[in-house]
Amino acid sequence: MEKSLELSTIGLANKLRVNSLEMAYGTGNNGSHLGGGLSTIEIFATLYGSLVKYNTQDAFNPDRDRVIVSKGHCVLAYYSALNYVGFISGEELKTFEVNGSFLHGHATRDLSRGIEFSGGSLGMGLPYAVGVAIAGKKRNRNYHVYVIVGDGECNEGSVWESFMSASHNQLDNFTVIIDDNKLQYDGESEKVLNLGSLQNKLEAFGFSTHNIDGHNVAQLYDALTKKAQGKPNAIIANTVKGKGVSFMEHKKEWHHSRLTQEQFDLAISEQPVIKTISHA
Amino acid sequence: MLEFTSVNLRTWAKLGQRGAFFGVAVFELAQKYPNLMILTADLGYLSGLERFMNQHPDKFLNIGIAEQNMIGVSAGLADEGNLVYATTYATFITMRSCEQVRHYLGYMQSNVRIVGSGAGLVMGFSGNTHYTIEDISMIRAIPNITILSPADATESVKVALASAAHNGPVYIRLTGELSNPMVYKEDYAFEIGKAVTIKDTGDITIFATGSMVYNALKATELLEQKNIHCRLVNIHTIKPIDLKCIAQANQHSKLMVSVEEHNKMGGLGATIAEELTSMGAKAPLLRLGIDDTFRHVGDYKYNLEQNGLLPEQIAKSIEKRILSI
Repeated sequence: MEKSLELSTIGLANKLRVNSLEMAYGTGNNGSHLGGGLSTIEIFATLYGSLVKYNTQDAFNPDRDRVIVSKGHCVLAYYSALNYVGFISGEELKTFEVNGSFLHGHATRDLSRGIEFSGGSLGMGLPYAVGVAIAGKKRNRNYHVYVIVGDGECNEGSVWESFMSASHNQLDNFTVIIDDNKLQYDGESEKVLNLGSLQNKLEAFGFSTHNIDGHNVAQLYDALTKKAQGKPNAIIANTVKGKGVSFMEHKKEWHHSRLTQEQFDLAISEQPVIKTISHA
Repeated sequence: MLEFTSVNLRTWAKLGQRGAFFGVAVFELAQKYPNLMILTADLGYLSGLERFMNQHPDKFLNIGIAEQNMIGVSAGLADEGNLVYATTYATFITMRSCEQVRHYLGYMQSNVRIVGSGAGLVMGFSGNTHYTIEDISMIRAIPNITILSPADATESVKVALASAAHNGPVYIRLTGELSNPMVYKEDYAFEIGKAVTIKDTGDITIFATGSMVYNALKATELLEQKNIHCRLVNIHTIKPIDLKCIAQANQHSKLMVSVEEHNKMGGLGATIAEELTSMGAKAPLLRLGIDDTFRHVGDYKYNLEQNGLLPEQIAKSIEKRILSI
């Protein structure tokens, strides 16, 4: 990764994180999925910063890359990224989790907004992504399918069914990114259901794997650009739930929560790029 | 181009609903729709797809015994512009992957057609795990999914062709054995959502679906010998149900009857009962179907008999019910 791109991607990540905190604060007492949103910031920044092929003026282009967000609760980062690239306006973003808004707590398929998939029920995105990747191969489409799943989500059996399927069908136009933040609702993932080495498991399932620091955009970029031939790709992105906010990091309580003004101000003060925030 | 000649109709009947669908109709679909894809969860041969998979390997995908994944892969393929049929036993396609059906077909409205074979009690000694008595009830409660239930092999072909031209997710419920008895001996007009009136004289209306259309037809013949005349309506589309035909029956019948190879709860009879309640029922509805229990198992005929679904039993139930009106 070139240094200039690395710096701009880091800048983008900072911007997405601040934006996510603003969105979270905007939900008031309803609260939002902060922990798993903040752990995916660098993943979205790297994808949308330079890798994903998209065109907001031609959203349905059949050769666009398909980003399938299976862990549908990471919308703070996802919507922020879609806002950055221009699929969602700033005004629209203010309707996040407002009654009747299209910006639900789990993203809902809307191709005109660059949203490929309706998330919310875990273990649903991967099988779908396998179908999309097979379709791409059959039609000789030059798109890549990126799927974002959580480590907790990998408790679901359907995830492993689709890993087998991706490998069996030699889907080298397919990359799964596991946001391995090591926490799920009830606590540490390894205490809830110990998955052992996700990398070893995925290697055994026939994937080309990369085990990296999921907050290091250069490592993410390198792993995402090194695509295998004849087999699907898996990136185990080691991340921190609640990343970037001292009092949220590694805390399961911040899976879904609300921010008080004091907490919001503190969280913002910890961000490298401090913007002027106007909150209604 | 498939022709609905009487010779063809007799040939298809021998293949049963599943055989006619996957051994005959799919070739017409492949010809007409270059984007056709058929997926199975390791039931290719059993579904009668051997010839298809040999002739069209590029349009066939065996997902393995992973029904949940199959529905997801189907949705991904469908949303990328393929005409997708996914099939395995009805019990597994509707129940093992129920949430997948809800998520992709219902919620995301991915244009997938799921085809459940062996619905009802036909799986004989395989037992209750392989019977499907809950599927109509479950799928009906999911928004956006059309439910088709052909009466015989010919209608199974009609359903295959009509579902391909239909825009929206579909559940196709295949019932009965190989050598499906023929309800239709000649070509007829089939339209999704429009019930077919097979017999139109009498002040009793029988609504039947799937395999039970034939048994109800036989029952009407038995009743005619006793001078009891029944109308018979084939409800091949359970959702959206043909409200007009229910309203019409409600106006002109002293008794209405529903017959289905499905739990009496939540299926065709329940659907009709709901609508009759809303419109104001002018006559009682006798609901015949599978009892709400898991029994010791037996062959198909034994199972039907246990639930009072053989023609003579249907006739007897109707006769008995009329006496109390």
